[in-house]
Amino acid sequence: MTPILEARGLTKRYGKTQALAGLDLVASPGRVVALLGPNGAGKTTFVRAVATLLRPDAGTLHVDGIDALRNPARVRQVIGLAGQFAAVEEAMTGRENLVMVGRLFGLSRKQAKAAAVRVLDLMQLTGAGDRLVRTYSGGMRRRIDLGISLVGTPRLLLLDEPTTGLDPGSRIQLWDAIRNLVAAGTDILLTTQYLDEADRLASDIVIIDHGTVIASGTPAELKTLAGDDMIEVHARDADQLPAVAKVLGTIGHDPRIEVPTRRAYVPADDGSTRLMEAMRALDQQGIAIEDISLRRPTLDEVFLTLTGKPAQTTDSAEQPANV
Amino acid sequence: MTDTYAISPAGPRAAVNSGAGIWISSIEIAGRMIRKFARTPQLIFFTTTQSALFLLMFRFAFGGAIKTHGSLSYVDFMVPGFIASSIMWAGLGAATGVAEDVDHGFVDRLRSLPIPRVSVLTGRALADMVLVVWSLATATVFGFIVGFRLTGSVTDGLAAFGLCVVFGFAFEWCFILIGLLGGSAQAAQSMSLVMVPLIFLSSAYVPVQSMPQGVRQFGENQPLTPMVDAVRSLALGPQGHGLFAHSSGYYLGVSLAWTAGICVVIGLLAAWRFARR
Repeated sequence: MTPILEARGLTKRYGKTQALAGLDLVASPGRVVALLGPNGAGKTTFVRAVATLLRPDAGTLHVDGIDALRNPARVRQVIGLAGQFAAVEEAMTGRENLVMVGRLFGLSRKQAKAAAVRVLDLMQLTGAGDRLVRTYSGGMRRRIDLGISLVGTPRLLLLDEPTTGLDPGSRIQLWDAIRNLVAAGTDILLTTQYLDEADRLASDIVIIDHGTVIASGTPAELKTLAGDDMIEVHARDADQLPAVAKVLGTIGHDPRIEVPTRRAYVPADDGSTRLMEAMRALDQQGIAIEDISLRRPTLDEVFLTLTGKPAQTTDSAEQPANV
Repeated sequence: MTDTYAISPAGPRAAVNSGAGIWISSIEIAGRMIRKFARTPQLIFFTTTQSALFLLMFRFAFGGAIKTHGSLSYVDFMVPGFIASSIMWAGLGAATGVAEDVDHGFVDRLRSLPIPRVSVLTGRALADMVLVVWSLATATVFGFIVGFRLTGSVTDGLAAFGLCVVFGFAFEWCFILIGLLGGSAQAAQSMSLVMVPLIFLSSAYVPVQSMPQGVRQFGENQPLTPMVDAVRSLALGPQGHGLFAHSSGYYLGVSLAWTAGICVVIGLLAAWRFARR
């Protein structure tokens, strides 16, 4: 079966920045692939290359078997793109936006109108269809943006950070919309900075950093790679952190300390049992704590595990990202 | 076309989107711009009042100090120039509009669609022509209000108006190019100010003969001057005799040559800049 997406040794350099450094990625049809990585990892550059918006310096790229470097115009016939910045005309209604893009996809006026009705319904925007987009909320705007890429019949839908900057409620709504598409059989490549987003939507996750793939697999496989649950202790006093770390060292391997946030944490193989042990041990030592919790590894910690170095700068690695 | 369309993106194999041709895509993209103009009253209000203010300023504040040829009144001299140069003021908005579309990702969306890429530019140019015609029409009405009277034939007057539209199309490409080079709306706006000297160092508001050497040479040899002169000689008819060194036909030829040159050179530059990725 022809891969829906096949990239081999893709490179792209902007001045001194190596955005893509020999990226290899093959995606089979019928899968939702999430491209996960920190800011500047090369996610957007890769999506732009697939969308034929930029030309890689070297490497090969095939979309649905079409050579994207030799035949970009044909690639545009099989893709849909929804951007990080919702590029929707604000002075037009949602429906007008959809009809316009439908016409551009090559539909007749009648077909474009029918497609608009279908997409508004799919995106749960029927009630707002005839309002100007400038009156939409952030979440509605993202949904109409996503909808616009669906007025045609994309074989591969490219979603560049679809939920970045959205409030939790809108994120969940957008996830639902994306899941409906997945159920309907659209192949999707999405980029995200959020582990949980990739986890919820994707069948395959590809982690990239500095323009290359550093790990890939199903969410379950990656979680094993990423390591165990974390026990995190929020100390009342920074002076007590070494003592806390010492206790945590008896629970799991290689405890870490973050002085600015007064936190110490350690990976634990059997989360809930170890949590109880940690609480008892801290209590016995008479160490006062603000809070103790059990959580999944953050993206930063996944990076730390996979690459042995922090995901972004030393600064941000000190602060656990809210995953 | 019907068979390339499936009612849902579902199905094991979605059909290929045929994509629109250059004509339909230009019209659709122009349609978006026109709706944007119509639904952003500030834009139209700004262009219109700016033009009216300039007219009032030159007609009533500076006009008395500017000497024109013989018995020709300043208002009759200036209004055709004012109308012709209003294409430039209308174009300034195009540069910022183009830069904004590039900056905010709207152009990316269009470029990812199965349409001829140049239609993003032709659609824009088409729509901006509507704005140019609007500016020309309001400028003409203002001109008559402040006392201008057509002394040539009505046909010549209409021909002069038509010429302005054609010249507007040429300058439109300059503003599109500036917008593409600008990167951001603010940058494009400042960059498009390079077009302003063309307006004032032309025969639009004052006779170029009154300018000092150097400035005068620039004024005589830049595109707007023959355009203004062509429009003016048509609008003034016999009253303009003696004002011009050449016949209407001469100015018409020179100005249309400029128009063709600008369209080809700047249009190609814009297309080249746009296609680069």
